[in-house]
Amino acid sequence: MFPFTIEKVTSVEAAIAAASSGRRLIAGGTTLIDLMREEVEQPQQLVDINALPMSEIRIDRSDLVIGALARMADVAAHPDVQRLQPLIAESLIEGASPQLRNMASIGGNLLQRVRCPYFRMVDAACNKRNPRSGCAALGGLNAGHAILGTSDHCVATHPSDVAVALVALDATMRVKGPKGERTFPVEELFRLPGDTPHLEHTLLPGELIVEVRIPWGPHSRRARYLKVRDRASYEFALVSAAAALDVAEGVIRGARLAVGGVGTRPWRMRAVEAALIGKVPDRRVFQAAARSAVEGARPLSGNHYKLELLPPTIVRAFEMTGEIA
Amino acid sequence: MTTGIIGQPLPRVDGRAKVTGAARYAADFNQPGQAYAVIVSATVGLGRVAGVDSAAVEKMPGVLAVLSHLNAPRLAYGPHKSYIDPATGERLHVLQDERVRFHGQPVAVVVATTIAQAERAAAALRVSYNAERPVVDCAGPEARAIVPEAGRQPDARLPADKARGDADRALAEAPVKVDETYDIARENHNPMEPHATIASWSGDRLTLWSKSQVVVNEQAEIAAIFGLPPESVTVICPFIGGAFGTSLRTWPHVTLAAMAARHVGRPVKLVLTRKQMFFTTGHRPRTVQRIALGATADGKLTSVVHEGTGETSRYEEFMEALTSVTTFLYSCPNVRTRYRLVPLDTGTPNHMRGPGEASGVFALECAMDELAYKLRLDPIDLRRRNEPATDQGENKPFSSRSLMKCYDLGAERFGWSRRTPEPRSMRDGRLLIGMGVASASYPAFHAPATARARLLPDGTAEVEIAASDMGPGTYTSMTQVAAETLGLSVERVRFSLGRSDYPPAPSHGGSWTMASVGSAIRAACIAVREEAAKGRKDRPIEATASSQRDPEAAARFSMHSFGAVFVEIAIDPDVGTIRVRRAVGAYGIGRVVNPRLASSQCTGGMVGGIGMALMERTVLDARDGRPVNAHMADYLMPVNLDIPQLEAHFVAETDPHVNALGVKGLGEIALVGIAPAIANAVFHAAGKRVRTLPIRIEDVLTRRSV
Ligand SMILES: Cc1cc2nc3c(=O)[nH]c(=O)nc-3n(C[C@H](O)[C@H](O)[C@H](O)COP(=O)(O)OP(=O)(O)OC[C@H]3O[C@@H](n4cnc5c(N)ncnc54)[C@H](O)[C@@H]3O)c2cc1C
Ligand code: SF4
Repeated sequence: MFPFTIEKVTSVEAAIAAASSGRRLIAGGTTLIDLMREEVEQPQQLVDINALPMSEIRIDRSDLVIGALARMADVAAHPDVQRLQPLIAESLIEGASPQLRNMASIGGNLLQRVRCPYFRMVDAACNKRNPRSGCAALGGLNAGHAILGTSDHCVATHPSDVAVALVALDATMRVKGPKGERTFPVEELFRLPGDTPHLEHTLLPGELIVEVRIPWGPHSRRARYLKVRDRASYEFALVSAAAALDVAEGVIRGARLAVGGVGTRPWRMRAVEAALIGKVPDRRVFQAAARSAVEGARPLSGNHYKLELLPPTIVRAFEMTGEIA
Repeated sequence: MTTGIIGQPLPRVDGRAKVTGAARYAADFNQPGQAYAVIVSATVGLGRVAGVDSAAVEKMPGVLAVLSHLNAPRLAYGPHKSYIDPATGERLHVLQDERVRFHGQPVAVVVATTIAQAERAAAALRVSYNAERPVVDCAGPEARAIVPEAGRQPDARLPADKARGDADRALAEAPVKVDETYDIARENHNPMEPHATIASWSGDRLTLWSKSQVVVNEQAEIAAIFGLPPESVTVICPFIGGAFGTSLRTWPHVTLAAMAARHVGRPVKLVLTRKQMFFTTGHRPRTVQRIALGATADGKLTSVVHEGTGETSRYEEFMEALTSVTTFLYSCPNVRTRYRLVPLDTGTPNHMRGPGEASGVFALECAMDELAYKLRLDPIDLRRRNEPATDQGENKPFSSRSLMKCYDLGAERFGWSRRTPEPRSMRDGRLLIGMGVASASYPAFHAPATARARLLPDGTAEVEIAASDMGPGTYTSMTQVAAETLGLSVERVRFSLGRSDYPPAPSHGGSWTMASVGSAIRAACIAVREEAAKGRKDRPIEATASSQRDPEAAARFSMHSFGAVFVEIAIDPDVGTIRVRRAVGAYGIGRVVNPRLASSQCTGGMVGGIGMALMERTVLDARDGRPVNAHMADYLMPVNLDIPQLEAHFVAETDPHVNALGVKGLGEIALVGIAPAIANAVFHAAGKRVRTLPIRIEDVLTRRSV
């Protein structure tokens, strides 16, 4: 591994100043150190932000607010999270492994890098790691890659589970930077690859994620995360779905759906949601609505199965909302 | 005389050392002044090294040497082959020329004062290549099958072609038949402990602390490579953190560690990265097999055809017992087996737990299940109708065979009678339930071994042999054999293994350690006991004794372990996830030396079988032969949540012919049979016959025809 320096900061201002001068923030390090060991990422100066007061989990009126440094394991186990937003807890528990969840932070999770194997091999062509070098996944092994939001330059999926849940629940995030503070939907954090796949998110230079906020709604409790994969744990999603329903008097009043494992970013499915409004929640209704999910999808040589897997995953996730965990 | 120690479910004698960290593995033997070596692996799949830009790297902090084919010493590479090396071909000569034969082949090694400096320098080393496109798909258009040289003779241990009767004609005439192709993915062993070697020279004497399943072979191989007398090399390996066969051969990294240590004039430590464990340390070869079965309407086999092809490298012909079991598992007058190899631009494969048998039995036992459905017979009933009285391939009686007893015991413990045979007929709520069964078999080998025992005046004993313990519990079971034979309590016996200067033992693989090493220890302890009976006990009494199989028994009998494996799975009919819910194995393995260890061996093998059936697959990029998922997060193996209730049972079996201890071996058979039982359960659950491993969600989900 290459040499680097690491310093601790104890104030948000110092962290912003450090980040603005080109230093790299490190929280749990489960993404960053991993990639540094492979020399995929080579930051020379790290700033350890773990001492910042940003790990609180609190309720603000009925919104759930999670500090960017809260650990995945702590958030998942928190009684308020389980009570108010069980979808968040479920999506976290389904992610990574217990060891990783103990280290990994929510802010870091949102900014984790893709799991495309070619991205992680420094000698392979990869536009994301090395702009304009090509995309080895296009003509190579791409069973795990995306079918939505891809470009000719990059087809990697966004790997986070909790991000799918946050996008489904209309979560917002508060960030602080040299120019001050701003709040925007988590969904807007992620960029499509287009012809600049090396640009993954919309944070401005020096900006720090402070917290995410999940608004409570009548759908919050009737919400489930279904992650489909070949082994029962410690595997990224082949396909996942975060689904939530607001049902009153036997009729769907509101529906939320985002899917993972298929898009180059967490993929909100508003057309499917709209098709459910006013209907009675049952399998046939879910099936009819899920049909549109693969519209516009572009399968690669190795991932046609995702076209088949996505609709039933959505259907099951909606069904599960009625079978509370 | 203390009797009854053999057969006791003793806990591991080395358990405390392992869980407290006191047990020392190869990489723990750090030497004073030790430097660190890191291998630079080829990033092309075939071609030549065009240049190695070592000048820049040599100036980096701490770098002591950069060795490549340009400056590496030319090694003797004297002839040496043991039974675990492929009989045909020549091992990879490392850093001796510019050729790149496969992706990941070592092309340089960087030595530095600290591990960080060595890793940094290895990453910075620029190597340029003239690359060619490798051929890595053994079923692709460029694949050319060959007849394995060592299988050409009709009396070969693994014959390329073997036949009795006229299987093709019988097949053509059979009223009921199955004729299918089964494809099993390449797997890598992936033990917890990475390969590691610390090499230290003192003049012309070399000491290696090195992860090895057979230290005496590592000694002989390194001596041959460096042109040294074997006495000049000592290999030490008291503990192994899992191996599954990957440490049977002495791979290039051991040579590189020794080469580097001699070059820099100080001890050198070399540990492979997880990724490098996918390059040069062997793999279970991908196999493609055709099985054709012909049967009468009442379920008597009239024809068995088994044609199997395995991948190998371009420079060695790796062979395994792919088609062997087919010749004797069932009674059938017409049997034809064929075994071929496809040389590819990859490293040489190697034995992986249940080698050959696990793959071959998968194909045969899936086909038997398919036949049972065609005949509308219970799969156990079909096997019962074809239970042979003798080994019809060898024309010999079995020394013992309890397959049907295994089926009886297993069926009872599993609750097979609750199964309704119709596919998709069993449910648990939304989930489709499948129950599958398969036979397992593995030879009861026995190799020559020598042990030394010493009875000390204080009434304790020491026993030594150059054996290994990669996890099955050899330390414990051998202590039991010695204690019982010497008439001592277990606490009074100190058993040591893992040094090449101990009396020689065969490789720790092939399920012959208990038989071979155990028999040698028993012989040495009997010699000591007899000497002690003569009188004086005030000075140490030492004896060295060897054992081997009685040649007469070997000529008279066919010797194999047998087992029956039952599996229940659940499939989510909507999203296709397959989860094993429970597994029961019943085995006839002769005498059980330690039921606790035996059970642990079996459940470990079952986990391996679950991996083989549902997860494990090394994926190669056809463009450059690169293993794309060379990472613990991407090469799937079962995790705790995938492991349900696993049970192993042993039928009472006395075999007086195999060896004096009456043991038949267990480590390998424990993995055989699990994958076909799972595949058969998948068919039972979902009505979909999947003939490729691993079976994945997409295989059950897609509307591909059955
Ligand atoms: C083997 C493996 C399996 C995994 N499986 C899953 C899975 O199944 N599902 C899943 O969702 N995730 C999975 N993960 C990813 C894991 O969840 C992330 O690595 C983790 O959440 C990252 O958090 P961290 O605190 O360790 O981030 P770090 O590694 O510390 O940082 C990651 C990035 O975020 C930046 N950063 C961190 N905090 C902030 C902040 N507050 N403001 C601005 N920038 C910040 C860092 O600069 C860095 O670029 C897996 C990871 C591994 C290694
Ligand atoms: S898919 Fe994206 S991350 Fe993967 S190789 Fe192509 S550009 Fe790189």
